[in-house]
Amino acid sequence: MKKISLLLIIIMAGMYFYAAVGLPLIGDANSAPNTHVAPRYIEKSYEETASPNMVTAVLADYRGYDTLGETTVIFIAGLATFLILSTAPSKKKEEEGGDNK
Amino acid sequence: MNRGFGSIVLDTSFRVLVPFTLVYGIYVLVHGEYSPGGGFQAGALLAVGVVLARLVQGREAAFNIKGTTALIVAGIGTFIYGAIGFSTILFGGKFLEYGKLPFKVHDPAELHALGMLGIEIGVTICVMATIVGILDALTRGEDLS
Repeated sequence: MKKISLLLIIIMAGMYFYAAVGLPLIGDANSAPNTHVAPRYIEKSYEETASPNMVTAVLADYRGYDTLGETTVIFIAGLATFLILSTAPSKKKEEEGGDNK
Repeated sequence: MNRGFGSIVLDTSFRVLVPFTLVYGIYVLVHGEYSPGGGFQAGALLAVGVVLARLVQGREAAFNIKGTTALIVAGIGTFIYGAIGFSTILFGGKFLEYGKLPFKVHDPAELHALGMLGIEIGVTICVMATIVGILDALTRGEDLS
């Protein structure tokens, strides 16, 4: 089983490295994102959102749905952490409420 | 950590540090449209203020937030975000289309700025309360043993 896992990991890593070769270079002005949405954000974000900070405009306005998901993920992660940590068995097995001084 | 370990140096420096931290957090929140910053960072800064108060003054700190209350507040923060998103549907737009918010401004683009401020308030509340809640859960069983 371990050998199969190792083989799968090696295959996946090889596929990732192979795919990474085909990615556009960083800063390439002719790559797809730099010719499609980036000029639109740079030119129109101030007049459309009245926010001089382009990052905030993209984060909260153009990609608002994404940020809603991020907030929900943070909330759920915090909730799960809280529940896991606060139900951990204590050494004395004290069960009377949370007020322990 | 529930008891607090105030000495005179800690108490004095705490009184200087915490108000500045909280004010800076609110500054980062409301200024997030004009400069680097925004909801997540502001939430972390506000949480630092509350965590410092917890560290120095213990569970009886002036603006302590208890664990379960913190989780409720975090849910409220997430709800604010979603409510703003759905309120634009009620006023005839799409989900999170801030241009349909019912405020009188002289430039429709300012509605987008208002909507962004609203959702960032929600994000700030959620992040702050989540951090405080996790700290509370981590320090809960400390004084049992």
